Amino acid sequence: MKEEIFNQLKEAVFFFEVDKARELAEKIVQQGIDPVEALERGLADPLREVGDRFETGEAFITELIASAEVMEAGSEILNKEIARRGADKKSVGRFLIGTVEGDIHSIGKNIVATLLTASGFEVIDLGTDVPTWTFVEKVKELEPDILGLSALMTTTMIKQREIIGALKDTGLRKNIKIIVGGAPVTAEWVKQIGADAAGLDAGSAVKLALSLMEGK
Amino acid sequence: MLKLLSNSEIDDIHAASLDVLEKGGVQINNEPALKLLHDNGCNIEDELVKIPRELVEEQLGKAPSEFKLYTRNGEKEYTVGGDNVIYNPGSSAIFFVDQKTAEMRRATAKDFKELVRLTDALEHIHAQSTAMVPSDIDEEIGDLYRLYVVLKNSIKPIITGAFTIQGFTYMKNLLEKTVGGPEELRARPRAIFDCCPSSPLMWSDVTCQNLLDCAEYGIPGEIIPAPQMGATSPVTIAGTLVESNAENLSGVVISQLANPGTPIVYGGSPSAFDMRYLTARLGAVESVMAACAGAQIGKHYGIPTHGYLGLSDSKTSDGQGGFESGMGILIAAMSGVNIISGPGMQASENCQSLEKLVLDNEYCGAAYRMLDGIHVDELSLATELITKMGPGGHFLAQKHTREYLRKEQYMPTEVLDRLSADAWVKAGSKSSTDRARERVKTVLSEHQPEALPKEREHGLKDEMKKILKNYSLKPSHLPKI
Repeated sequence: MKEEIFNQLKEAVFFFEVDKARELAEKIVQQGIDPVEALERGLADPLREVGDRFETGEAFITELIASAEVMEAGSEILNKEIARRGADKKSVGRFLIGTVEGDIHSIGKNIVATLLTASGFEVIDLGTDVPTWTFVEKVKELEPDILGLSALMTTTMIKQREIIGALKDTGLRKNIKIIVGGAPVTAEWVKQIGADAAGLDAGSAVKLALSLMEGK
Repeated sequence: MLKLLSNSEIDDIHAASLDVLEKGGVQINNEPALKLLHDNGCNIEDELVKIPRELVEEQLGKAPSEFKLYTRNGEKEYTVGGDNVIYNPGSSAIFFVDQKTAEMRRATAKDFKELVRLTDALEHIHAQSTAMVPSDIDEEIGDLYRLYVVLKNSIKPIITGAFTIQGFTYMKNLLEKTVGGPEELRARPRAIFDCCPSSPLMWSDVTCQNLLDCAEYGIPGEIIPAPQMGATSPVTIAGTLVESNAENLSGVVISQLANPGTPIVYGGSPSAFDMRYLTARLGAVESVMAACAGAQIGKHYGIPTHGYLGLSDSKTSDGQGGFESGMGILIAAMSGVNIISGPGMQASENCQSLEKLVLDNEYCGAAYRMLDGIHVDELSLATELITKMGPGGHFLAQKHTREYLRKEQYMPTEVLDRLSADAWVKAGSKSSTDRARERVKTVLSEHQPEALPKEREHGLKDEMKKILKNYSLKPSHLPKI
């Protein structure tokens, strides 16, 4: 029974069936199946598989994002059950991400968030046009392992420096790793503002995040 | 003219865009524009503005069908509108191809000055653009500093844009000092300002305020949506046109409500979003199609048009670079796009290359020749001459050949290879890129742009000093270039 449901969940991820994933997640909760195992084998594993296929060029980003949305829908239900049971779930690390103040571009950030989720990160997305102070408060509250700051324009890029400054001032900088990303970002900029790494494209941002976690 | 859409297809796109504006709406993060739209009957919830179709059509009718753009000294005018074509380098690249090492690195103020002086000399690039973001200039003054460099180093009209709300005012002041005052600038615009909505369907506070400020001072504004097809707009070209048309129309409404009859350009920088590598492919054939079809819609409305064309996704001046740029440059001209931004640009919209600009200049020359068309009349048909020469004759010594040669054949520079195979080997077996690099060197060492009259130059410098002071910067803070 359990294996059959996991397989169906897997298929929902492969065939982009959001409603079916919700239905199956509810069923898992009702039947008392281990939600941590369901999350891992029914949702995370198949999403990782789609992520691998994307890496090799067999799947396109549109498919990876659609699969990630299925995972998100299913895991919302399973996570509640996990929390109710007080169980531990596996996560590579907690990643807080957002686009800086004055910048309303979201597509790059969203793609990175999806790829991170597919790689096993717990991703918290603050959205776009996020004030510096919100980043600081959320870092304090959520204690992420890594903070990702996205800026598409040279004019808003300066906010990345401001945020890192504010984190230093509040003593929060030393506890987290910071990846900055966006079209104008370069390795020099990372040095200049005291970030840990530059995500020059979505794929490399994820690889960097994984290697930063190994160093932690 | 090349037409990618039929009139009934344009009608369908128009109707769909009106639906999007009326039922879905645009998000506008700018108080003055929200008030203006509210006062004119738009339904506003939070910052989502629903624009009634009647208002769109009414305001569309107020936008002028053409306007004049002038050289710095006000002596030469270009009509922006009709089927006229003006090429200018692609704007705001972050990277630059180093002239010595050929590597792609961050652009500097010195690189930018070189690009401006090169553009000043190129025959077929009729306008300048603030083509790079110099990394050695403070971000806050990046926009106005670039304009300052153009005004000092070139006489050609300018396509530019502001990074901040304050930046626009300072840039306007710099222009006024250079041309001789606000009335002169209003009467004879020297620069077009880009005001870009964020696709899908959003106007940020800065870009929307720039649009309003352009209207207030009669400075031509250029609306440039940059949808990435499949990511920030539908993957279909038709759907992308509906979305970017709605964005353009919302901009037209805002500008015409602010100042009826103010010049406005219908623009676009669409790209095919690459689903494998997550990049914006500006050189893709679909991007060229979408940009030219978009301009066709603008022309249908009777407003001047713009397109981001003539750039390439290649990172170097190679076959792909030549193909994509040449395709964009030629098809844009054949579509009658008025302002064509892109020459010099590679790595999508990220890098400027002087050698590519020189190569693209050649393609622009060929495109102008194409636009000139084939003239068929009694003399050009040369029936009598052909009969007179008869079989086996030649035309080299004929007066007809001498008279028509320069009109009929566009003469490229030495950058394009026209040698015999043997002569090419003897000349060092060089590629067109090698020869383009040589031309860059020659132009930069020999070309002297027309100097600003002394009095104006002082005025411009003083104004720059004043502006820098507002940012607590000294003129000595700027790099010596």
